[in-house]
Amino acid sequence: MAKKLMKGNEAIAEAAVCVGAINYFAYPITPQSEVAEYLARRLPEVGGVFIQAESEVAVGNMLFGAACSGKRVFTTSSSPGISLMQEAISYMAGAHLPVVIVNIMRGGPGLGGILPAQSDYFQAVKGGGHGDYRLIVLAPSSVQEAVDLTILAFQLADKYRAPVMMIGDGMIGQMMESVEFPAKYQDPPLPPKDWALGGARGRKPQVIKSLFLDPIALEKNNILLAEKYKVIRENEVRYELYKVNNKNRLLLFAYGMMARICQTAIDELETEGISVGLFRPISLFPFPEKEVYREVLKDNIERLLTVEMSMGQMVEDIERCSKGKKPLGFYGRTGGIVPMTEEVKGAVKKELGLVK
Amino acid sequence: MAKDELTILGRPESLSDNITHYCPGCTHGIIHRLVAESIDELGVRERTVGVAPVGCAVLIYNYLNVDFMESPHGRAPALATGFKRLRPDMIVFTYQGDGDLASIGMSEIIHAANRGEKFTVVFVNNAIYGMTGGQMAPTTMPHQKTTTSPMGRDVSLSGYPIRVAELLSSLRTPAYIARTAVHTPIHVIDAKQKIKRAFAYQIQGKCFSLVEVLSTCPTNWGIAPDAATRWVTDNMMPYYPLGTFKTPEEEIA
Ligand SMILES: Cc1ncc(C[n+]2csc(CCOP(=O)(O)OP(=O)(O)O)c2C)c(N)n1
Ligand code: SF4
Repeated sequence: MAKKLMKGNEAIAEAAVCVGAINYFAYPITPQSEVAEYLARRLPEVGGVFIQAESEVAVGNMLFGAACSGKRVFTTSSSPGISLMQEAISYMAGAHLPVVIVNIMRGGPGLGGILPAQSDYFQAVKGGGHGDYRLIVLAPSSVQEAVDLTILAFQLADKYRAPVMMIGDGMIGQMMESVEFPAKYQDPPLPPKDWALGGARGRKPQVIKSLFLDPIALEKNNILLAEKYKVIRENEVRYELYKVNNKNRLLLFAYGMMARICQTAIDELETEGISVGLFRPISLFPFPEKEVYREVLKDNIERLLTVEMSMGQMVEDIERCSKGKKPLGFYGRTGGIVPMTEEVKGAVKKELGLVK
Repeated sequence: MAKDELTILGRPESLSDNITHYCPGCTHGIIHRLVAESIDELGVRERTVGVAPVGCAVLIYNYLNVDFMESPHGRAPALATGFKRLRPDMIVFTYQGDGDLASIGMSEIIHAANRGEKFTVVFVNNAIYGMTGGQMAPTTMPHQKTTTSPMGRDVSLSGYPIRVAELLSSLRTPAYIARTAVHTPIHVIDAKQKIKRAFAYQIQGKCFSLVEVLSTCPTNWGIAPDAATRWVTDNMMPYYPLGTFKTPEEEIA
């Protein structure tokens, strides 16, 4: 298929349509309302369902009910809206339902602001709802990758019968880049959806639930979930290295759009004779734990630096995975302020003791 | 069976033979049976999907022989909306208590009704939170004592009980909205007719349908089962009149 110039939000919407995810529920919120506006026109063309719900609480629960049909369903929202969906997300994780949720993050806490941020890392990765569950969390750093990861998100949701969240900052939703969609999309082999509800015809009634009043049964469900997360940890780690080599003095850690800015900073530092590499986690859960540790251990790496559009969230995972082997610094801006290339370069130089 | 024997009443196919966990004198069980009979008589058991509430009826999927999903507290109409829109060929119903529907889930029910979602709601109003041990509900009667209104419901602080059937029938969107009761045989007959009619409207693809059923909770009302049935007549029925509040046939300009 030919390349198209598309806004991130619309590209995500089209990627969903491409994999047959034509059932979408949403409530307007900046900076991602374009997804709903795009799909309100697009879904009727392909026989899909679009509902503008009365709230994100309802969105989450419409997804829940719709997912019980076994069809592909999804929503997109931004930070405050995602907070309201946490109830349903916890229930859907407990009930083993495949759904895709996209969070185009804006600055918080509270009503915060409408500008890009990465301050929902904890909520997405550590679990915003109650109970012992995890989400598969993917973080794209370009519009093309947002398309690719949207497609992957639906596959992983079906493969593991689990909610998958893609998180991007407001920039990814708003910027235009050229993208390519699969010409003829075909799913990889996926398990049958024999758990779906569709009437007890010629079989016993089926129930989709997260209630287990018997503690043994509830623990069993939790063990089932934990086993699933173990398989996910073993098979679904995704990350990218940029200019990582044995001359690097420092290793940067950043995800999403922040990683793009770090790449520019790395290119410019290179011309100044300062060798820096970038580790970009793509799957935030499962987190590339072993891979981070492997890179941290390399002899040439003197120091580590995590850069985020937050006051420091992923940095706690880098700290955990680097096991104190190298000094770890942090640089972050928040509230909708995006660290500029110069700031990242400054932070690197400071970390290496090249400037005060 | 001898030829001259006649079964006048059997167990509906849609009703399982599990023993319910409901308290003696609780009318949840009667309402379950009426739902099961309606589903059977309309011949839709194999294409029915229920949405269970959070409340005493949370285990309803153990008692009805149809597919079920279990909702978070109050959100059943949102789940039903999501499912029914994707499977318009299915018959979908929610079964909700008054705390579930009229308190935490008020937003979901009003908007589902207003969108005219084509599913059926069986709304069980027992004027109290049963499952959590008898706290005040939005439907609790003025002066009624509950664990969280130990002096009786004070309408100057808690407002008056919400009349859900009347509230929803004020919406412009066509719907079938009725109120009934099950505390005497004559009321059981009325309830059956209304519940069946509600499902029938859905099967015809006509409209949203909701039947409010006045129900007993002797355990948390703190009275014996027979006194509980009298309490429905004496205290609930004057405030919650039975009847049909809205039908899709009547078009309001
Ligand atoms: C979010 C949430 N809040 C509170 C509860 C606790 N809770 C369970 S059932 C219930 C009320 C049930 O009352 P009602 O809907 O009237 O049904 P009944 O038990 O009387 O049939 C409450 C408050 C819950 N499960 N979830
Ligand atoms: S607590 Fe009340 S509503 Fe619940 S089963 Fe007992 S009598 Fe019925």
